[in-house]
Amino acid sequence: MASLAEIPTGRAVTVVGVDGSRAFRRRLLEMGLVPGVTVRIVTVAPLGDPLQVEVRGGQWSIRRTEAAQIAVDEPAR
Amino acid sequence: MTDCHDATDPRAAVALPTQPVIVLAGNPNVGKTTLFNALTGSSAKVSNYPGITVDRLSGTMALPGARVAQVFDVPGTYSLNARSAEEQIALDALVGLHGATLPDVVVVCLDATQVARSAYLLLQIQELGTRCVVALTMIDEAKLATPEPRALAALLGCEVVAVTARTKHGLEDLRAAIDRTLRSERKSVWRWTPSPALREHLDAIREALPATWRGQADDALALWSLLCLEPRTGSTDDDELVVPDGLRAAVTARKLDRSLDDEAVLARWAWLDREIPKLVRRRPDRSRTERIDRFLLHRAIGFAAFLGVMGIVFMALFWGADPLIGWIEAAFKAIAGELRGRIGEGIFTDFVCDGLIAGVGGVLVFMPQILLLFLFLGFLEDCGYLARIAYLMDRIMRSMNLHGRAFVPMLSGFACAIPAILATRTMERRRDRILTMMVVPLMTCSARLPVYTLVIAALIPGSALTQGLLMVGMYVFSVAMALAAAWVMSKTIKPLKAKRLPFLIELPPYRWPRGGDVVRAMWSKSAMFLREAGTVILVCSIALWALLYFPRELPTGSPDYAALIERAPTADAKQALDAERSALQLANSYGGRLGHAIEPAIAPLGFDWKIGVGIVGAFAAREVFVSTLGIVYSVGADADEGSAPLRTKLRTATKADGTRAYTPLVGLSLMIFFALACQCMSTLAVVRRETGSLRWPLFLFGYMTALAWIVSFCVYQGGRVLGFA
Repeated sequence: MASLAEIPTGRAVTVVGVDGSRAFRRRLLEMGLVPGVTVRIVTVAPLGDPLQVEVRGGQWSIRRTEAAQIAVDEPAR
Repeated sequence: MTDCHDATDPRAAVALPTQPVIVLAGNPNVGKTTLFNALTGSSAKVSNYPGITVDRLSGTMALPGARVAQVFDVPGTYSLNARSAEEQIALDALVGLHGATLPDVVVVCLDATQVARSAYLLLQIQELGTRCVVALTMIDEAKLATPEPRALAALLGCEVVAVTARTKHGLEDLRAAIDRTLRSERKSVWRWTPSPALREHLDAIREALPATWRGQADDALALWSLLCLEPRTGSTDDDELVVPDGLRAAVTARKLDRSLDDEAVLARWAWLDREIPKLVRRRPDRSRTERIDRFLLHRAIGFAAFLGVMGIVFMALFWGADPLIGWIEAAFKAIAGELRGRIGEGIFTDFVCDGLIAGVGGVLVFMPQILLLFLFLGFLEDCGYLARIAYLMDRIMRSMNLHGRAFVPMLSGFACAIPAILATRTMERRRDRILTMMVVPLMTCSARLPVYTLVIAALIPGSALTQGLLMVGMYVFSVAMALAAAWVMSKTIKPLKAKRLPFLIELPPYRWPRGGDVVRAMWSKSAMFLREAGTVILVCSIALWALLYFPRELPTGSPDYAALIERAPTADAKQALDAERSALQLANSYGGRLGHAIEPAIAPLGFDWKIGVGIVGAFAAREVFVSTLGIVYSVGADADEGSAPLRTKLRTATKADGTRAYTPLVGLSLMIFFALACQCMSTLAVVRRETGSLRWPLFLFGYMTALAWIVSFCVYQGGRVLGFA
């Protein structure tokens, strides 16, 4: 098991859990980043942070420190 | 398992309301505002940037049977449960709390390219017991991935109409569906059953709900309270939800387990993940957006492209607006001159020409830059690039504890702080908005340029190259000071301290903006500037005119200028005497006396009272400094930064002891003072309006003035110690 921040660009992984503060967890869960869903890091911003992440067909910008709170499992079957 | 427990609302009458209230809800970037425009024909903002609809839009739309409904737009949100101020606005509008009317029908926009995510909001709205109609948008983008409307309607238990607002396709069907839904009964629909533990919490909270909230969706409101309310922080600068204290206390008293906190969210998603894939068998095609992103977000090319875009915006604001500004200035000068010739001299004429007309001109002179800025911002927003700018710049801005979206306001600050402060509205957190507002006025705005031009040309020796480099240096200095100020304030000022909140922004698909939408948005925002800031600027300009005009007496012992002018042999001599009289009157005006009064305070910076009067005048707008100095030095109010006589006067001015009054060191000190001091009434007025308190504009004025004084003091006194007198 790894965090989303450690996953190389382009690989699809499955969310296992979301950690962090109440507000943060809520935001992520409500945008559909729930356990079992597939995520993919599309690109990394030119300065190394934030990350461009694809979830449920939508793309989001998320910071590395925040991605580190998302536990993922690989690979998605 | 799909469990629906129905709560029939007694208020749902068969009788149709005479003027139904329709609310339009949905995620950001789902074409909600485009649909609003198409339904109402009004001029609402259409945008591709999440969370842009801050002000509530309203309009009317026709329903079948020649009836008219009122339509309200609510902020685009992904959820009603995430505790931001906008989400509360949305909730209030949906349930009819805090003065909002209970809607008869809610039209929920469902993005055909992201059905599950946008249906999540619909589930929450259905739990609240509102009558819903789904408008399926973005079908032209989703193409074959679009779910079948009838199957979706069967699943969601409400009417589903596919619409393309741009071509007006489906609008008539939508009106008919709204009309039919108006006749249905209200019922609260839950797709999940709370666990016994959560049930217990809900029952307890329901008892604490205020009487005005009860009746329609007690369980849903109890759930919302349980998930969203936190103990009071005691600070007015937090985005705190407005609820009765008793309810907050009841929620605080329940210790909610973390697994219960997630229960509702996970249960809704479980339902969606089970049901929606049956209807959506294809993934929407995002390959075009991905191809563009490969360039625009590329390590090297992406940054080059970004610098190119910013360069174009900056050049347009800087050079593109210049001729227009020149025309406006010339036009108002001509109008004032013409009027003066017709109605003759006198206090009233001076008021109309120098106070009123010059004041209106002073407002309109900002318009070219503001229109251009909002044109660019609207275009970048609508095509989806503005969210990418926040993405690209986040790293740099974050290191100064600024929001990624603070970049655009700060760039706009090079044109004028007023539109820049208005541009902070794209940030959803109050703390981020205020911190940005506090540093934007440090950016070198265009009103500082005439001052720098005059001072550099008159007082700074050296070739055109060194003078040019100094000008560039002033820009770099202002950026460095703004970033440093943001960092220091975020570390020291309590309400501005950085709290770790997630920085999640959606990167929407690239869409080609519609010219009409961009122009309408540009105009509505510029009109807002004219209305909100323009009136204040006008009043301040007139007040400052009066301050520098009255009491219109000459000091005792002055020569009789009227008689002298009468006897003067040539027109030039008459003009010189007139200018001399104006200078004496200005020196003796209230503003002039104020300049004298502050002389002890500004003397350590190397300034005399004449600069003091200029600084007082500059409060209307910084560029007024130049024309005020023109009067003080008897070269006439028409003097601009290019005026050779004014430059000569400044260069040759002497102190009482015969030494040069304005050395290059004084010039440098003066430029630094202008770079840092908050000499702009309109900026303060706009900050007052945007923050809703007097505290922030006072703080802004206080810290910038102190900073300006201290840095100028160090430069001037330090320079003297080093022997640069």
